[in-house]
Amino acid sequence: MSSLKTLFREEVKVFNVGIPSFADDLKRQNVPVAHVEWRPPAGGNKRVIELLDRIKLWQAACQSPAKS
Amino acid sequence: MAVKIDVQAANKEAVSRIQSAVPVIKGIGIAKDIVPGMKKNLILHAGPPITWARMSGPMRGAVMGALIYEGFAKNAAEAEKVAASSEIEFAPWHEHNGVGPMAGVATASMPVWIVENKTHGNRAYCTLNEGLGKVLRFGAYSEEVITRLNWMRDVLGPVLRETLEIKGEINLKTLIAQALQMGDEVHNRNRAGTSLLFRELAPALLDSKAPAADKKRVLEFINGNDHFFLNLSMPAAKAILQSAEWIEGSTILTVMCRNGTDFGIRVAGLKDRWFTGPAQQVKGLLFPGFSEADCNPDIGDSAITETCGLGGFSMAAAPAIVKFVGGAAGDALNYTQKMYEITETESTTFQIPSLDFRGSPTGINLLRVCETGILPQINTGIAHKQPAIGQVGAGLVNPPMKCFEDALEAYVEAYVP
Amino acid sequence: MTIRHVIRKETYFDSVTLMQITNEVKKLQGVENAVVGMGTDFNIDSLKRLGLYSDAFAGITPADLMMCVQAGSDAAADAALAAAEKLLTSRKKAAGTGAAFVPPTQEAAAKQLPDANVVVISVPGAWAAREAEIALRAGRHVMLFSDNVTVEEELKLKTLGVEKDLLVMGPDCGTALINGVPLAFSNAVRKGDIGLVAASGTGLQEVTSLIHTMGYGITQAIGVGGRDLSEKIGGKMTLMAAHALGEDPATKVIVLISKPPAAAVLAPLYAELKKIRKPIVVYFIGADPEAIRKEGFTPAHNLQEAAQKACELSGGKPVQPPMAEAEAAAKAKGLALPGRYLRGLYSGGTLCDEAQRLLQPVLGELYSNTPVKGCKALASVHKSEKHTIVDLGDDEFTRGRAHPMIDPTLRQERIGIETADPDVGLVAFDVVLGYGSHMDMAGEMVAAIEKARKASGRKPVFAACICGTADDPQNMQKQKRTLEEAGVLVFPSNVALVTFVKQALSGKGA
Repeated sequence: MSSLKTLFREEVKVFNVGIPSFADDLKRQNVPVAHVEWRPPAGGNKRVIELLDRIKLWQAACQSPAKS
Repeated sequence: MAVKIDVQAANKEAVSRIQSAVPVIKGIGIAKDIVPGMKKNLILHAGPPITWARMSGPMRGAVMGALIYEGFAKNAAEAEKVAASSEIEFAPWHEHNGVGPMAGVATASMPVWIVENKTHGNRAYCTLNEGLGKVLRFGAYSEEVITRLNWMRDVLGPVLRETLEIKGEINLKTLIAQALQMGDEVHNRNRAGTSLLFRELAPALLDSKAPAADKKRVLEFINGNDHFFLNLSMPAAKAILQSAEWIEGSTILTVMCRNGTDFGIRVAGLKDRWFTGPAQQVKGLLFPGFSEADCNPDIGDSAITETCGLGGFSMAAAPAIVKFVGGAAGDALNYTQKMYEITETESTTFQIPSLDFRGSPTGINLLRVCETGILPQINTGIAHKQPAIGQVGAGLVNPPMKCFEDALEAYVEAYVP
Repeated sequence: MTIRHVIRKETYFDSVTLMQITNEVKKLQGVENAVVGMGTDFNIDSLKRLGLYSDAFAGITPADLMMCVQAGSDAAADAALAAAEKLLTSRKKAAGTGAAFVPPTQEAAAKQLPDANVVVISVPGAWAAREAEIALRAGRHVMLFSDNVTVEEELKLKTLGVEKDLLVMGPDCGTALINGVPLAFSNAVRKGDIGLVAASGTGLQEVTSLIHTMGYGITQAIGVGGRDLSEKIGGKMTLMAAHALGEDPATKVIVLISKPPAAAVLAPLYAELKKIRKPIVVYFIGADPEAIRKEGFTPAHNLQEAAQKACELSGGKPVQPPMAEAEAAAKAKGLALPGRYLRGLYSGGTLCDEAQRLLQPVLGELYSNTPVKGCKALASVHKSEKHTIVDLGDDEFTRGRAHPMIDPTLRQERIGIETADPDVGLVAFDVVLGYGSHMDMAGEMVAAIEKARKASGRKPVFAACICGTADDPQNMQKQKRTLEEAGVLVFPSNVALVTFVKQALSGKGA
């Protein structure tokens, strides 16, 4: 976990999500980079994303201590 | 149903059972004696539930052949009438603790392998593999087919049954693990598995009381069929995955199968439910003389191997497969790599040499399939769409996304407040 | 005439790659037209408009790839499709062969690089906010290059960023340099003690490049996106970044570049900035410098001056611009323009705005597709009127295309049109170097200029500014030479270019 307090002293390490040439440029400069070969989540299906996000929220609620 | 469930924990439990399962060959029996719910007029088939009216060519042919074999009909024309009548019932093998390759048709008097998961005690069944060419599972119903089925019931089954009584259990988990390191992926390539099985059986078989000619014929039969082991790798995978049925809240897949018309999946946390979509066209290489127009859609329960991290998921173990389907050896690695994105973990037993002995991708997670849009990769044989012609090629295919979308809807409805 | 349609289901490529492939296919023998793109509503509409749509594409989704080729013969169509397939496969192979598996999600990428601290996001706008949230929740800073993110999404993201002390640079942020690392479209700039916060991409590129050219250097260049200082967003990231630079021991001077903030945001912004005990150069584009000076900050009248003032505060001594005003003006001496009008063709939005702002008082009637105060809107963005300066990076031009800093095609076509116009005397344009930009934009512009001169027989004056540094990957000297050899007058900053233009148009050169 980074923060703005510490960022200026950290080594910049990048995820590149989208246009591949941005990652190529960083690789050329020996900047640690992981290119994410992104595609629309759930094949672009908004309904599936909605369902998945509902499950994520439900699970987050299940993990937190019981509220009255 | 507003239940507090830890999905991650449920999936961990499912995967743990899968990892610890130990499938072994217990013996051979006649279907009506040992398959739960089996009866004289019941025809078990591959894939999710289907009616006679919707069956594809190979399935119809197999049903007709089975009816002739069981004595319900004397010829094809009669068989068709009987099949369409209320006299005959159909059910998926998966609903009777078993699996069948291609049409996967099984009836009461057929001999079946008995595979038991030693860790949990559950059992799975499968017929013995008939061989290549004009066989029942590709929809053939000629006299040659019936004659062979009779021989399998009267000679092959009993000889192997006695052999197994002499030999004792054969551990399928270790055989599959070894085959995987010998160039098999135990779905489309079974040569090593068949060879290893031959070694396991031969000495005990020689000790059996059957006539020498029969023993020789049995060994020749096994030796002449590179896919003989498929009918063991499939119930082994079934027995492994059965142990995860049914775990509340789990999103791990326990079944992927096709009946030539529909593709069906089952999920550990959604007891007894089927989620189906249209079976897809397989893309690959066709034998000379055949074209895409000749191909039947995806068919068979053999996708149970992929469900278990074998077959297409272990393609990196069998680069020969990918050449057959028109790719380069490097593609095999990539297909397997992709599958790690939709599975929970790596197998502790099934290792892939070309990936530095990394465990095969294990525990297909419905949520990860939906999130990434990456569909499970299956490689499979292609049947001619007309019955009785046989295999016309092999290639790659995926389930339709619809199965996973429907399962996701059902899961949210069942669990998420 | 043959039209072929192919669908590849669930096959995704980014739009830039697809544009490049479409261009290659269109160049092939016998091909009249080609579209290789994802099955988005936009692309489907394009097909319909071009008369290339087919029912074969009914049911296609944005996750499917479609290829449509219109050719003079079956053979040409087949060849074109085969070429397209080959290009697509070679791209995929380059992306991930064998051992180097390319992750499809941030979660998968975390297995390869668990301590990544910056996530650069350039996916289509509809999906960008979700990716940004995933990054923030994983404790990583975000550079949001994507545009078409809603202001509600931006607010949600920046609120989350402030809560977690994580930067959200964007949306529509094209430029940032963090710890000397150029991200997206940025230049190679030496390290120094000037820290920048900017709500503008090419503005930040111009200022950081000029700081380098003038012999100074930077600590950080933080983009905050064009809308950060709007009322709704309230300058959340501007303040976060400014305070961080205020506390950063390596930063001695701070530069803030933006359009004038919303009225409700201005006073609180000044109040916060005053807490920072370091000199701050504040350049609010088009704002009254006196008002800024009264608040105790150092104002600038343009991007070049912002760089100049920052360097002076850093070095404590006067700093000269790379080309003096007199020298720039002198280049117009004796120049006879064959037509009375100016056409400015910019790839950088802020540079386009600056040119408009500085020229409008002199030219009077000035048109643009993104008119600043006092300028007029073009009736059609594709057709210049009288004096016109266009921003070819604006949405209207970039829908379904790559940005003009990557893809020169649209600007090349426009050069052809402007050159052929008998009323045009002077064509000005920018060449933006740096990472992310085309490797030989000067060459592309020169090719278009020579083609246009030949086709029209006309010879308007061409003038360009180069935005970049000598350390950029394009070799700035070579770019300059390429332009000069083609008879293009070259200037080291937008301000120098504009000075020349002013002089050239005012009194026929004297």
